[in-house]
Amino acid sequence: MMSTTLQASSIAPDIDTLFNTMLVVSSIVVAGVFGTMIVFCIRYRRGSPADRTERKSSSLGIELAWTLVPLVLFIGLFGWSIGLWQRLQTPPADSAVIYIVAKQWMWKAQHPNGQREINALHVPIGQPIQLVMTSEDVIHSFYVPAFRVKQDVLPGRYTQLWFTATRLGSFPLFCAEFCGTDHAVMRGDIDVMQPAAYAQWLRQHASETLATRGATLFRQLGCSGCHGSQSTVHAPDLAGLYGNTVALSDGSRVVADDRYLHDSIMLPALQVVAGYAPIMPSYQGRIGEEDVLALIAYLKSPAPEAAHEQH
Amino acid sequence: MNSTDRTVPVDNYLTAGEPGLAGWLCTHDHKRIGILYAIGITFFFFLGGIAATLIRLNLIVPAGALMSAETYNKAFTFHGVVMVWFFLIPSIPATLGNFLLPLMIGARDVAFPRLNLFSWYLYVGGGLFTIGALLLGGVDTGWTFYTPFSTMFSNTHVVLAVIGVFVVGFSSILTGLNFIVTVHTMRTVGMHWFRLPLFVWALYATSLVMVLATPVLAMTLSLIALERLFGVGIFDPALGGDPLLFQHFFWFYSHPAVYIMILPAMGVASELITCGVRRRIFGYRFMAWSMMAIAVIGFMVWGHHMFVAGQSMYAGIVFSILSFVVAVPSAIKVFNWVATLHKGTIDFHAPMLYALGFVGLFMLGGLTGLFLAATALDVNLTDTYFVVAHFHYIMVGGSVMAYLGGIHYWWPKITGRLYPEGPARFAAILMFFGFNLTFFPQYLLGYLGMPRRYHAYPEPFQWLNVLSSAGASILAASYLMPLCYLGWSLWRGAAAGPNPWRATGLEWTTTSPPPVHNFPLPPVVNEGPYQYCP
Repeated sequence: MMSTTLQASSIAPDIDTLFNTMLVVSSIVVAGVFGTMIVFCIRYRRGSPADRTERKSSSLGIELAWTLVPLVLFIGLFGWSIGLWQRLQTPPADSAVIYIVAKQWMWKAQHPNGQREINALHVPIGQPIQLVMTSEDVIHSFYVPAFRVKQDVLPGRYTQLWFTATRLGSFPLFCAEFCGTDHAVMRGDIDVMQPAAYAQWLRQHASETLATRGATLFRQLGCSGCHGSQSTVHAPDLAGLYGNTVALSDGSRVVADDRYLHDSIMLPALQVVAGYAPIMPSYQGRIGEEDVLALIAYLKSPAPEAAHEQH
Repeated sequence: MNSTDRTVPVDNYLTAGEPGLAGWLCTHDHKRIGILYAIGITFFFFLGGIAATLIRLNLIVPAGALMSAETYNKAFTFHGVVMVWFFLIPSIPATLGNFLLPLMIGARDVAFPRLNLFSWYLYVGGGLFTIGALLLGGVDTGWTFYTPFSTMFSNTHVVLAVIGVFVVGFSSILTGLNFIVTVHTMRTVGMHWFRLPLFVWALYATSLVMVLATPVLAMTLSLIALERLFGVGIFDPALGGDPLLFQHFFWFYSHPAVYIMILPAMGVASELITCGVRRRIFGYRFMAWSMMAIAVIGFMVWGHHMFVAGQSMYAGIVFSILSFVVAVPSAIKVFNWVATLHKGTIDFHAPMLYALGFVGLFMLGGLTGLFLAATALDVNLTDTYFVVAHFHYIMVGGSVMAYLGGIHYWWPKITGRLYPEGPARFAAILMFFGFNLTFFPQYLLGYLGMPRRYHAYPEPFQWLNVLSSAGASILAASYLMPLCYLGWSLWRGAAAGPNPWRATGLEWTTTSPPPVHNFPLPPVVNEGPYQYCP
């Protein structure tokens, strides 16, 4: 067995229990049906002296039984599966967030302190990790069999998955959605470390944090020219924006989340803030998704304007 | 007419009518059109089979034994496109359906004979586009054409391939329309709805799906071409489009399309089993209604292809329960087929062996479908070889076994000739073993985590891939066998007589091969189907 079938995340044992239960139930059904088929085939083969009188061509009772029994069984399995599904979809509140950017054909990870890596992801054991993921080109899919998690990674969107690693070691990461020529070699490793070792690894590779890099970009890309406090251009104030409701010029309202900030940078004409002219240029094609993530991290940081003033 | 009359009648649809190639290419006879389809479909089956062979050969070695990554991607795309649209979808409805539907309901022809011929030309036309795309260098998007890869990133002949599928889609719509009208208006005297053979019910349910779902495919494919050629921004997130929108459109057609492949197979299996067992099918009405239920519920489960694609958790819940529910009518059918064996007089001729193989493989494919309907398990299994194994069990194990079983069963009717029983039985058994050796290891591969569409893979997956490739060579041999002995029977086979199986059903009351207008006089029906009395 490869390290793909180890149960290396907190949810893996529960997924496997459901899988094994369904496997046992299916095997019983298969054995029952195949067994019956074989018995009938032997017993009622042409030329055999078996009794063939009083045969029925329909029976409402039997038909209803084998309609309702599977239905009840299926609904039971469905309910069990949905409980797990909700757990898979809901990251715990204390999850640490790591950003993933996929592109043809590599996985790029950014830790909150700015540490970056390619085709590898270091995580601490026992800590819920939430991955916020986007793609720079086509649809990819982040798949770690040992964790029993998989999530498609889409351009222009943030998708997420979470896991708590429960086993030290290195586990294969695959791209599971066909993404072009080198799809099959878009692989990586998840390295699960002791928390202390992970902290040390982060320190060793420490660079500026994501938010600090975002602040630098904010200035370099000219964002501060319009959005800065001393700016004479009429542009929305970004201080404390993240998580608040924004009124748009078409009368609708939108929550300023990651997706909104992403679109405001890449597709500024799409959602224009009420009371402002749509004069912001698009950064589509000028900056990559990693830079967008840094900018968002900066805008999410406690006081983006203050951080800006320091520079 | 005497059922022991073992001579081929001089005046039949093969000999009567206009002679030569023109007589075939301009025919309005549903039986000749069925044969035209059979020729085209056999051609595409072996074309898609060559691509399958290349895929399995390449995967013998972890690094890829044969092809570059690019060529491999083109090979599996071609395999998928050809097998789905040019083989599986038209196979049973267009060949056996065209040939048998009017015969089974006592009609002279289908409702719109010219439209029927036009459908075949659309099929061939679509095929030419797809082969053109292959000859010019191929396509590498996978048969699913997922955006934005297909619209913005692939440098291959996507538009040409999409046009091919678009055109063949219209062939499917027109065939469906023709069958619906035929069943509604052309049943002979006394042929009530609940006296229809189950194969006719299956074709009717399939036709509804064809007519209602295929236009969505046509629309989706047009949008791909528009997006690729003019960048209109429907799927491109850089222009405010949504790549997931494509998946919703695509699976809205392509999940019902699975039922276009399997419903006719269920119909064929029902005919084969009831004849092989020589007794009435168990629960005829449940069998008919379950097919209609599959056709209707089948429209509401497309989102189960997208549990990890980024749709909402609540969408996942709804699509999951509907996917479990659609499995119930399928389970009913399996139980009914098995119950039909009870107290029968079972004859293990080749069609019966194919039908029994069908039931077994369909059941294994169906049960593994439940694992994929369970959202929490689907997360781990989707886009792995588990899915590849699952749909091959349904589509190849189910659909192809039934198609070949049907070809064997009605071969004497179609050609007037018998084929040698020994090789036919041997091929059916060999196919069952070859199939399982090919695809069962793929369940294990998927469970172990091997993603699909990989031209190269990590070392530990190798031994299962080797097993699968070994099975594929056995499977290939078992597919070539019928080509040989059925071909041989055309020249040397003994005359079949009108009803070599002593089967019930109107098609067996006319000569083999049937005359141009099927019956000398419209037959009269005064009892339900399958009145076997041994």
